[in-house]
Amino acid sequence: MTASLLPQRTTRTRAPRTSAPEGYKINWWLTALMLVASLTVLLPLYFTLAMALKSPDQVGTGTGLAWPNPMNWDNFAEAYVATGFARAFMSTAFVTVFSVLGALASSSLVAYAIARNWNHRFFRGSFVYLLSAMFIPFPVIILPLIKQTAILGLDNPAGVVFLHVLGGISFNTLLYIAFVRSIPVELEESARMDGATTWQVFRRIIFPLLAPMNATVGIFAFLGSWNDFLLPQMMIADPALQTLPVVQMLFQGEFNTNYSLAFASYLMAMAPTLVVYILAQRWVLSGVMRGAVK
Amino acid sequence: MPTTIPGDPMTTSAAVASARAVPAATTTSAVTRAPRRIDPTYYWMVVPVLALFAFFITLPALVGVFFSLTNYAGYGDWKFIGFANYVNIFKDPAILQSYIFTFVFALTATVVVNVVALAIALGLNAKIKWRTGIRTVFFIPMVLSALVVSFVFNYLFSNTLPVLAERLGFTPLATSILANENLAWLAIVLVTVWQAAPGATIIYLAGLQSVPAEVYEAADLDGAGNFRQLLSLTLPLILGYLVINVILGFKGFLGTYEIIVGLTGGGPGMATQSVAMRIFSGFTGGDYSYQMANAVIYFLITLLISIIQLRLIQRRGVAL
Repeated sequence: MTASLLPQRTTRTRAPRTSAPEGYKINWWLTALMLVASLTVLLPLYFTLAMALKSPDQVGTGTGLAWPNPMNWDNFAEAYVATGFARAFMSTAFVTVFSVLGALASSSLVAYAIARNWNHRFFRGSFVYLLSAMFIPFPVIILPLIKQTAILGLDNPAGVVFLHVLGGISFNTLLYIAFVRSIPVELEESARMDGATTWQVFRRIIFPLLAPMNATVGIFAFLGSWNDFLLPQMMIADPALQTLPVVQMLFQGEFNTNYSLAFASYLMAMAPTLVVYILAQRWVLSGVMRGAVK
Repeated sequence: MPTTIPGDPMTTSAAVASARAVPAATTTSAVTRAPRRIDPTYYWMVVPVLALFAFFITLPALVGVFFSLTNYAGYGDWKFIGFANYVNIFKDPAILQSYIFTFVFALTATVVVNVVALAIALGLNAKIKWRTGIRTVFFIPMVLSALVVSFVFNYLFSNTLPVLAERLGFTPLATSILANENLAWLAIVLVTVWQAAPGATIIYLAGLQSVPAEVYEAADLDGAGNFRQLLSLTLPLILGYLVINVILGFKGFLGTYEIIVGLTGGGPGMATQSVAMRIFSGFTGGDYSYQMANAVIYFLITLLISIIQLRLIQRRGVAL
């Protein structure tokens, strides 16, 4: 708009503008620059795919960047068997599903109770106590924690679920509390007049209203849980129950030289989150952005 | 340990982290509700979670502090040895080396990630064509497992890059940089940037979108150039977001584990062994109590850094 008033400045378009439908000039130089920059993300992915489709001979001693001809699709089937993909996938899915459900249920409940009783010492104290976890680096508790979970028989995916939920509770509760406070109490009070209990108020009124924050917390919990390596690696004692990222360690042995097989396996480990992200990217990004603004 | 942290830093952190919400809450109707009787249901919502939290997070921390004062090897008998572990740690060059590596790495990564993320955010916020598509691509690393990504880069660094360098006659890169004691950490920084930049970019994008367009229109009228606008308008206006990114980033990078495992495994030698990796080694290395003392020192250092960071924020009066 202003640009059109000042002829000598019509070419300036670099500065960020939120919206300016009038005089909207596309900056082609910057577009080209961003396209080139996006290659830093795309190239490693292309490389992974190219490697995954090579036969061991094609890998040879080259850069690995060339596209294989013919393509060797057998790698995927081989990697599927070698890593026990189906089992690892199920284990990862188990951990992720229950971590997401646990994160949603526990932190929304805690946030609701704390936000609605903020003037009560017990609840304010609980909030401060939960937040203290943000100051404890994970390496500090890991050694005793693993001993403790082993004694309790929680050295399995279920134990990992517990820790994913509890480890994220500070941050998630923080996100939820901000949101609960924006919900007017009057909404609940009319329901209470009709005889609804606090549980019913939460389940029927509050939780549905938290939907946007549920998405945000859910996305973070999903990504954190699915991609976690540290906790499953250290906690899960039975190799048959290991998760997808940990299983990839299989190809790090000294004697392993079958790189195409390894890359087929890496690609299969990356694919689930990648596909979900591409399909639901608008929804995922808006959810994550909400977490950033709060 | 967590329960005994002095209240001040914690409450301020709460105020910082949810700065938008906390002050607002005191004015909403939540406070005007009758403070007398509290529905016991509310306790049922909080207490089970608090109990589990205490059991799985606080208890291990306390147990760890306890064992740091013993000579427990991870199995068998043990007895109290006072602060001997702590004294020994200060004399241990390997531990010192891991602290130096960890902090140099975390500082470098924080700076580079923030510069890159800010540049991407500015680019995505400008008037470019195919913005949605480009944005989708830039955020891909966020959804991928850091370990698997590191395995991919491992091959690139140790095979692809040397072959390319040799063909181009660029000898310094003709051997894998992962095998070079002085350069391996740069590879870790690079993959960390690749992996962590999208998260920081999102926060910067949120910041850039909170700046009203009128501000730039006014600057245009005053004849301020692009670079000048970035320096004296955009940066000060998104300072709060920068602070958040620096704090979250630095803290996260101190604990970097997966990327190091995937790239160097701590090597060559012990050149890229982080404090976290040292501590984890206590699990199998027979020096359990020694590494617990290391963990306690690590905790105190990170706590100190958090307090300093929060003080700096308060002094600057950054409104988030």
